Amino acid sequence: MKQSAWAAAALAVSATVVLAGCGSSHSSASSGASGAATTSASASNSGGAAASGTKTLGCMVTDTGGINDRSFNASSWAGMQAAASANSNITVKYLQSTTQSDYTPNINAFISQKCNIIVTVGFLMGAVTEAAAKANPDQKFAIVDCSYKTGCLTGAKEPNIDQLTYNTVQDGFLGGYLAAGMSKSGKVATFGGIELPTVTIYMDGFWDGVQYYNSKHGNNVQVLGWNEKTQKGSFTGDFTNQTKGQTLTQTFISEGADVIFPVAGNVGLGAAKAVQGAGGKVNMEWVDVDGCVSAASYCKYFITSVEKGVTASVKATVQSAADGSFKGGTYVGTLANGGAVLAPFHDFSSKIPSALQSELKTVQSGIEDGSIQTPTKSPV
Amino acid sequence: MSAHEPAADPPPAASPAGTATTAPKPEEPGERRSFGQLLRQSVTEGNSFTVTVLAIFAALVVGGLINAFTNTTVLHAWSNLFSDPGHAFGQAWDTATGAYVALFEGSVFNPHTVAALFQQASISAAVHDGYLSAVFGPLSETCVQATPLILAGLAVALPYQAGLFNIGGQGQFIGGAIVATFLGYAVSLPPVIHVIVCVLGGFVGGAAIGWIPGELKARTGAHEVIVTIMLNYIMAYFLSYLLAYHYLMQAPGTVNPITRAIAGNAHLPQLFGSHLRINAGFLLALACALAVWWLLSRTTVGFEFRAIGKNPNASRVAGINVERNWVLVMLIAGGLAGLAGAAVIQGTDFTLNDQSFGTYGIDAITVALLGLGRPLGVVLAGLLFGALHAGAPLMQAATSTPVDMVEVLQAVVVLMVAAPPLVRAIFRLRGGGGSLLVLAKGWNG
Repeated sequence: MKQSAWAAAALAVSATVVLAGCGSSHSSASSGASGAATTSASASNSGGAAASGTKTLGCMVTDTGGINDRSFNASSWAGMQAAASANSNITVKYLQSTTQSDYTPNINAFISQKCNIIVTVGFLMGAVTEAAAKANPDQKFAIVDCSYKTGCLTGAKEPNIDQLTYNTVQDGFLGGYLAAGMSKSGKVATFGGIELPTVTIYMDGFWDGVQYYNSKHGNNVQVLGWNEKTQKGSFTGDFTNQTKGQTLTQTFISEGADVIFPVAGNVGLGAAKAVQGAGGKVNMEWVDVDGCVSAASYCKYFITSVEKGVTASVKATVQSAADGSFKGGTYVGTLANGGAVLAPFHDFSSKIPSALQSELKTVQSGIEDGSIQTPTKSPV
Repeated sequence: MSAHEPAADPPPAASPAGTATTAPKPEEPGERRSFGQLLRQSVTEGNSFTVTVLAIFAALVVGGLINAFTNTTVLHAWSNLFSDPGHAFGQAWDTATGAYVALFEGSVFNPHTVAALFQQASISAAVHDGYLSAVFGPLSETCVQATPLILAGLAVALPYQAGLFNIGGQGQFIGGAIVATFLGYAVSLPPVIHVIVCVLGGFVGGAAIGWIPGELKARTGAHEVIVTIMLNYIMAYFLSYLLAYHYLMQAPGTVNPITRAIAGNAHLPQLFGSHLRINAGFLLALACALAVWWLLSRTTVGFEFRAIGKNPNASRVAGINVERNWVLVMLIAGGLAGLAGAAVIQGTDFTLNDQSFGTYGIDAITVALLGLGRPLGVVLAGLLFGALHAGAPLMQAATSTPVDMVEVLQAVVVLMVAAPPLVRAIFRLRGGGGSLLVLAKGWNG
């Protein structure tokens, strides 16, 4: 019976602890939730619209990639933090989603915390963000790399969603100019994953950039894998099959291309393997995010990356919520607003001739002030 | 109901089935004993239920300790232990309990929303402003999160009773989700009928994937554990393939691996208005649990399932077609997992993408394990894990506790439940035959 007494005591203790936990919930929870409470008070005082000077709470829900995904989630959180450090009235926080079933609860948790703006990341959250925006018309939302125009959002247009999109024609143009300048063989190549506007926009910009380089230098650098005039080119058919990317890249290399620009997500890793196999004579440019961060092991082959300026765009939208200028609709990232940029050159900063680097700066300011028009118009 | 006596226990493993009905049972169900006696006996002998409760308690303690000793504030307080010991212990306690309180408030009942409710001028104003639904929001979320866990958990628990270990919840989930989604957007039907057609389609899609390992085991003896695991990969890649081409299931005009949204008519109806996400999927899960219980304990088929689970050889001698029952039980189990897929697509997600299956297939095993392989146990375990998931956002938002804490809790609970001797040793319970030891049969079968 001695042991049974032990067990009974353990059960009793467990019951007591559980009850104590519930009992103390009022006191400790009120202290724990005081931050949220004060925020809600200030939000209701200012009638929901946060003018400058009042506190702004910026909230971000990651997709299943998590906060350290070295990709759009990490870039978005960097933008949130940049907004917070630029304005002491802005505080930011995030919730991680481990599975898709977390998306809506996480958004709802932030709605009940009276966040001034809720930033969601990526197409997987398009539908839930749209539904939440519809159900909460006074709540401001922003979604990264997703818009009605690209088919990521599908319903009637909700005015309280800021859709962050990126005119990658402009930095693709710079990438093409740089590739042409770096090519020794006079041939560069690009290919896509699937033939879609969000993919071919990069390839158009790249093609335009090479042609502009040719017209400036009287060269004839050829682009393999894409022709802007005929809109015909090479596609692997998906965004996952690295082997196809490797095979296609090897074909381009055997045809003489020495700068490769894959616009195909993870298929690009296959291209990187092929470039690695070429033994230093061939280099490439990465796409969407800084390749030296997301695919760091291949960094020494990346001349640069043609990025979507996620960090700058998120920072801008959070700041717009803070200063009252938030107006929903579509944000288009450009070279001028930092929403479409070339990544730092990393290992190539010393290998790119300084003359070429200064030409790039000239071209960039030309696009920014409109004196250089990219022939392709942005589809976003 | 039948020639057999379905409610009786299946034949014990050692004796042939024919003698089972006459053999004296070692222990009669305790109708005559008082509740107090039962409770005391269950505590002293450490039966499965007690072990489970103590396992959950132990997991909470372990989780609290991990939480307290990974928190930077607490660690800082510990560094000043000798100058201010009370502060260190207080910080550790506050951190650990704060996370659990938030978890509770996010999953069951939040006193702040109730307080807000009472500040409203009238009930009608409260209803209008959504405060009333906010009070039940946490419970609603728990039910929503529990729905696929219960359904997929049943898909593991049912074959477990028949001596099969179904690791294929993920593949069967995908099979059901694909069919339900396709019927959801490609077909146009009137309101109620569309929902039913999609749910049935989900069952059929899952059952087809569940049937494969059952048939392979019956015909060739291929082990269901290997086949179901392989099918998980096959189905995940098959889904990626379907979502890679516009002429298959990828939504038109998008680069992303995602289908079109299903029609509004195919949505599972919400039970308590648009503010609460709880939908008919939860009722479906409860109905399935009831149906599985009825099947197992009240029908000849269920009797045969349990018989082959206890001893397939003896069952065969007794005239039970073991192979046919293997196929049947895997078929039904696959259908249940397929229903989980349909419930997620039609209840909350409305589109299918290459991550829709989440971790339901693996979570289902832990739910079934925690539920001791019984339908009621699966419902309770599903609700517990559902509550952990539902409370996680508030815990993360209010106390900055990493969301991984929920997974630590789940893992420790299952570890403890799967090792009853460990729990008995910790709480000094007298040893008793742990029912979960039977699980090993699944690997031998």
